[in-house]
Amino acid sequence: MARITASVYTSHVPAIGAALDLGKTTDPYWQPLFKGYEASKQWMRDNTPDVIFLVYNDHASAFSLELIPTFAIGCAAEFNPADEGWGPRPVPKVIGHPELASHIAQSVIQDDFDLTIVNRMDVDHGLTVPLSLMCGQPEAWPCPVIPFAVNVVQYPVPSGRRCYLLGKAIRKAIESFDRDLDVQVWGTGGMSHQLQGPRAGLINKEFDNAFLDRLIADPEGQAQVPHIDYVREAGSEGIELVMWLIARGAMSERPPKVVRRFYHVPASNTAVGHLILENT
Amino acid sequence: MALDKPYKDVPGTTIFDAEQSRLGYHLNQFCMSLMKAANRERFRADERAYLDEWPMTEEQKQAVLARDLNRCIALGGNIYFLAKIGATDGKSFQYMAASMTGMSQEEYAAMMLAGGRSPQGNRYIGEQAGKKAND
Repeated sequence: MARITASVYTSHVPAIGAALDLGKTTDPYWQPLFKGYEASKQWMRDNTPDVIFLVYNDHASAFSLELIPTFAIGCAAEFNPADEGWGPRPVPKVIGHPELASHIAQSVIQDDFDLTIVNRMDVDHGLTVPLSLMCGQPEAWPCPVIPFAVNVVQYPVPSGRRCYLLGKAIRKAIESFDRDLDVQVWGTGGMSHQLQGPRAGLINKEFDNAFLDRLIADPEGQAQVPHIDYVREAGSEGIELVMWLIARGAMSERPPKVVRRFYHVPASNTAVGHLILENT
Repeated sequence: MALDKPYKDVPGTTIFDAEQSRLGYHLNQFCMSLMKAANRERFRADERAYLDEWPMTEEQKQAVLARDLNRCIALGGNIYFLAKIGATDGKSFQYMAASMTGMSQEEYAAMMLAGGRSPQGNRYIGEQAGKKAND
């Protein structure tokens, strides 16, 4: 049977992708950030899974206002990097895992989470920047990836509680897949940032670090935190952090092993947070 | 019964909810059209003519022409859509963010390097003016 081995959490700031693509990783501005992911890249090489289930959000790339799915699962065989207005990132195309993705859709929908099934979709920096941070700049990504897009652009976005419970349903789905696969679940986005209005540039280190503590030790409690707390404390775009609760909900009930923890300010407008948790 | 919108008292922040999305539908879809290179060319060649192809309000068109992002947001724009105007102009996201704060890009970048804007005094409308905060 398939098993969830670990979860990875990281911010997905577009400027990080641009810095990588333009060869600026050793610039003084970016060097501390990329250094923070060196050990994670080694861990990734040593622990390459068979499939990554990658929770992220689309930023008006694949989904305009014509269609705004709350939870969308990519079931296609492949996904191209999106042109976000500057041309597509020069990264490998994303190979999907249609069999596992369809199995998860079937199981999770029967579990009362009404996913939107997507058979054609470009993937933007929300998905490709985490892959770049964890895998560097390979010719091909190391394994198939199932994109799972969450609406965090138009309010109301799903609650933390809903995301956490969805993670549990995803765990059940993956663990009932009748093939011997190691699966990682990634949660991306955040941490504190606000990109709009006179309050743009908000960063809240205390909130972010308390979130990391609680995500590790008390995800059930963190899942009860309402939207307004994220907006007020972590900025209007800090709400992306609810996506981390999907990945955390997919982990076993036993306390995880904390393999990596990293926090850095700033990456352009945003606080960057990163965790690797292994199932024990 | 009125819907619960507890985010109305966060200063300097407009939450892009269903109401804003409805107001800004054509504005945002105009922005989305700038994802295509051919449309960017047409927009650059004659901004007003391109905007007139969209059923946007005159106020929205003026806000776009003036690159007044705060005004665009008040009229239903969403920052991820509006960012496509900046991309068309060849401006960075940080430039756009700074333009909404009343700071120069240099001042804004320096604030971010120093750890960003503190939440202190920025949680509730009126808090900075010394009025009573809700907490």
